[in-house]
Order: sequence, then structure tokens, then C-alpha cells
Amino acid sequence: MPDPTPAYRCDQTLRELRAGLESVQAEVADALAARGYEEGAMFAIRLALEEAIVNGFRHGNRSDPKKVVFFRANIDDAQAEFEVEDQGPGFDPRLIPDPTDEDNIEIPSGRGVMLIKAYMTEVEYLKPGNRLRMAYVKQSPPRG
Amino acid sequence: MATPSSHISIRKIDSVLRIDFVDRNILDELNIHQIGEELLKSVESEFRPKVVVVFGNVEHLSSAAFGTLMKFLERVKARDGQLRLCQMKPRVYEGFTITKLNRLFSIHETFEAAVESFK
Repeated sequence: MPDPTPAYRCDQTLRELRAGLESVQAEVADALAARGYEEGAMFAIRLALEEAIVNGFRHGNRSDPKKVVFFRANIDDAQAEFEVEDQGPGFDPRLIPDPTDEDNIEIPSGRGVMLIKAYMTEVEYLKPGNRLRMAYVKQSPPRG
Repeated sequence: MATPSSHISIRKIDSVLRIDFVDRNILDELNIHQIGEELLKSVESEFRPKVVVVFGNVEHLSSAAFGTLMKFLERVKARDGQLRLCQMKPRVYEGFTITKLNRLFSIHETFEAAVESFK
């Protein structure tokens, strides 16, 4: 039985949205591909990371150029875990109005958080709400 | 016709404005602002436009893209027009169903079906 691929670990400080997002997406995509994550998983993770990092800069840090976003990742053959932490005061995700509600459907905010929850296996906002921990657990292959 | 460095290509086919996205993976945060500007501009001088946006090349969509598409829908309606979306890959369409925006947009499998649906 082949040895498992060593885990990919990263701990980066993102100082700017565009460069930070491009760098993270490229490295994570390579790490996922090297560990056999299929296309659907890569789509889901890419989308969740984008939403999380954008939210960190735009909402958490309120686009303050002096503030950064911290990004940590740990990807192995079984799951991909991420943490995205901004320097804002935090928020309570339970207070976001449901963007799928008829009355809210045209309100621009809330969909990013909803998409993260839809696509990732585990999602947790750590108090005071400026640190997001999320994980994608690979599907087990069918037996037989 | 796609202008240099534009993200969309626009053609008039009979009375229908067909808009294709030029690149793959382009409906993300980094490109969406420019794409939004191009979309809004595309109907600027159209009277009661019938617009079909073709997603055939799109492999990734962010929540920012939904916001942009909604603004475009508003602009088309403000010109007394109609907007259809079509040819979405299943994963892209899934984003619309998760956010229930498939209720707001008229989404079709093919360009022909989208054109057929215009009133």
C-alpha cells in the first residue's frame, strides 16, 4: 500500500485581496490535485475559500488597507481544513437574514456565508466571529 | 464582437442580444466588477431588449457574480426588456438553486430554448 502523501500545511498573512486570493487559490488547487481531490471537491473548496477571504477583507476588515487576513490550511488525503481570520470585531452569522427568503432575495449580502455552509462539510465561526474554520471531508469510496 | 480585453462577446441574432462569457472561471470576485460594467453597457442603447446570457464557458461562479447578474436583470427590466440565462454547467446551476435565485432568473438548457421563451 503506497504511503499517504504528506499533508500540505500553510500559514500565510494576506495583505491584499487580489494577490492574496490568487496565491491561495493556486497553492490550494495544486495541493488538492496532488492528493486526489476530484473536480467537485475542488469546485466547492475554491468557491468557499473565495467567499471566506473576500468576506474577511471586505466585511471583517471593512476594506481597511492597514488590516490583513490570516490564512491557514491543512490538506491531507482525507480532508482539507482551512482557517480564515480577519482583524475585524467579528459578527454573529446567526444574525444574517436568510438570503433565500422571499423578502430578502434581492438583498446583496448573506449569500457568501450560505454558499460556504452549502459546500463545506464543517463550518464554524469562532468567537468573536472574526475567525472561520471550515473543512471539506472527502467522500468515502463505495464498498464492494 | 469582443473588444480587446473584454470579458463578454455580444452578438445580435435577429432581435435577440446574445452574450457569451469569453473566459472560463471568470465570474469570480477579481473580474466581476468589469464584467458587470460590460453587461450594463451592453443594453445601454437598446429598446425593450431581449437578452440571453450564455454560461457555456463558465466553470466557476461567486456570490459577487449573483449580485452583478441581479443588477443586470434590474437594468434590463428598467429598459422594459427580458433576460434569459442558459447553458449552465450543473455545478454552476447548483449555485442558483442553493441561493434560490433560480426563482428570480429564467434559466434554460439551450440558447434556442431561451429564445423560444421570449414573450
